[in-house]
Amino acid sequence: MTAPALQLKNLNKAYGALQVTKDLSLEVFPGEIHAVIGPNGAGKTTLIGQIAGNVQSDSGKVFFAGRDVTALPVARRAQLGLGRSFQITAILPEFSVLENVALGVQAHHGHSFHFFKPAATDESLNSKARAILDTVNLSHRTDARAGNLSHGEKRVLELAIALAGEPKLLLLDEPMAGTGPEETRNLVEVLKSLKASIPMLLVEHDMDAVFQLADRISVLVYGGIVATGTPDEIRNDAKVREAYLGEDETA
Amino acid sequence: MTGTAFLFRNRIVPILLFALLALVPAYAAFTDDRFILLFVTRILVLAIAAVSLDFILGIGAMVSFGHAAYLGLGAYAVGILADSDIWAAWISFPVAILISGLFALVTGAISLRTRGVYFIMITLAFGQMAYFTATSLSAYGGDDGLTLWSRSEFFDTGLFSDDTSFYYLVFGVLLAVTLLLKQIAGSRFGRVLKGAKQSEARLHAIGIDPYRYRLAAYVIAGMIAGLAGALMANQSEFVSPAYMSWQRSGEILVMVILGGLGSLHGAILGAVAYLSMEEVLSGYTEHWRLIFGPLLILVVLYGKGGLLGLIKGGDKS
Ligand SMILES: Nc1ncnc2c1ncn2[C@@H]1O[C@H](COP(=O)(O)OP(=O)(O)OP(=O)(O)O)[C@@H](O)[C@H]1O
Ligand SMILES: [Mg+2]
Repeated sequence: MTAPALQLKNLNKAYGALQVTKDLSLEVFPGEIHAVIGPNGAGKTTLIGQIAGNVQSDSGKVFFAGRDVTALPVARRAQLGLGRSFQITAILPEFSVLENVALGVQAHHGHSFHFFKPAATDESLNSKARAILDTVNLSHRTDARAGNLSHGEKRVLELAIALAGEPKLLLLDEPMAGTGPEETRNLVEVLKSLKASIPMLLVEHDMDAVFQLADRISVLVYGGIVATGTPDEIRNDAKVREAYLGEDETA
Repeated sequence: MTGTAFLFRNRIVPILLFALLALVPAYAAFTDDRFILLFVTRILVLAIAAVSLDFILGIGAMVSFGHAAYLGLGAYAVGILADSDIWAAWISFPVAILISGLFALVTGAISLRTRGVYFIMITLAFGQMAYFTATSLSAYGGDDGLTLWSRSEFFDTGLFSDDTSFYYLVFGVLLAVTLLLKQIAGSRFGRVLKGAKQSEARLHAIGIDPYRYRLAAYVIAGMIAGLAGALMANQSEFVSPAYMSWQRSGEILVMVILGGLGSLHGAILGAVAYLSMEEVLSGYTEHWRLIFGPLLILVVLYGKGGLLGLIKGGDKS
């Protein structure tokens, strides 16, 4: 088997008495979308934070791109190719859509200690940013102020910014949260088209999207993985139905 | 319509502003009014400091409450060198800029580890530290300061000594500084500063730690304010700890906010408006701040975006 793109080994995280991540291990392999599902407060966002570096793990290790990144700060991990989208949209609202993505391209180009050449007309940034906006079907909003986008469009921009860094792995925290059916369909198609080149760890509540996209699914309950398997296995797992999917169906 | 307001605010206003300022010496000569020339020279010197503060505040969101320290550092560099009989500007000005840059590097490296109110407090603390250090320099007048017997010398020219040519020197520095900082604001470096202001988390997530960029901007602004200080020592032919007082830092902040944050030329407008109003109102009453305070609040409340913000429209759709 090929080496995993991302490997988590026995991660732990507690906030005071609340154990949010419990001895958690999982892998994401090249070409794979590994979905993590679980009820509210299960610890999914915390887990993404531990991988991205925003949240310091109490113990355990994160291996990415063949190296131990557990001690690295967020920006260093991102430079190594760890891209992410946020559950709570984190775009740059005063910038245009193009500028948002161009800054991502710029970050990938190395340091930004360039003081004189105007960035706004820098084609080496803009042409790639435009290509990415094309990929995610947001070209028609290129010049809009990002803060003026609809919620769904902002979710797409999140993804576009993450893609600008040519990530080797994407961490997606509920990319479909609050998007309309049309927008969800677009995101599913875009992610499908990308997964061959970019493995993803996908946290998502929209079960239709998860079952369409995921190669494997892990179910997270109270910070621990109760089951991992293919979508079919997970659908038919009694423990899972009880712990999670059951709740969802009665809701 | 938004297009014209945008054009007016960001092109016509600055061009008009500099054109008017360029005519001041001619006006002073015509009306035989030396006071106006000296007065506007003082405004322009402080405008240089204000523009540098707007660079870190309006563009980089660093609310420094110690910016006057750099004015003082630059002024004392000129004053202390003059006291040792070194009058050459080509020595004292680079020294002023360098010392200010160093002070900014050391204090910025510490201050920028904090954000928000803590950053305001710690820059204020460093400013006060510089202030009290200056008051303890008994060899250089302590509290009372230091009178310069003459202005700096630039080889054998009258660049500093002649009031009109000194005015144009200050004017030229202000123009150059404004253009330079505008260029930087539009560069990749400037884009990082503006981005970090909007979402720090996003910047980290794309692989940029804003700290080093903020520090570099802080040092650039400190050096420019130090240059303004060196000019100020020449303008008033006097150097004192009062240059570094927190009140002075506050005044520069007010100029920047009054003019409208982030445009750079707005800070010049703010300096002109603030110091002119101070001049006029203080002629009526020594309690001019009682009038000025509410006026300032009105501008900030109703002209969201300061004086420049009074020109409506122009936001991108
Ligand atoms: N900084 C923090 N301090 C204290 N408790 C926290 C902190 N962050 C998260 N928690 C708690 O940890 C638990 C897991 O939170 P987390 O946001 O990771 O859940 P989640 O699975 O992403 O939930 P959701 O589906 O609602 O997004 C919650 O009980 C939350 O209240
Ligand atoms: Mg979450």
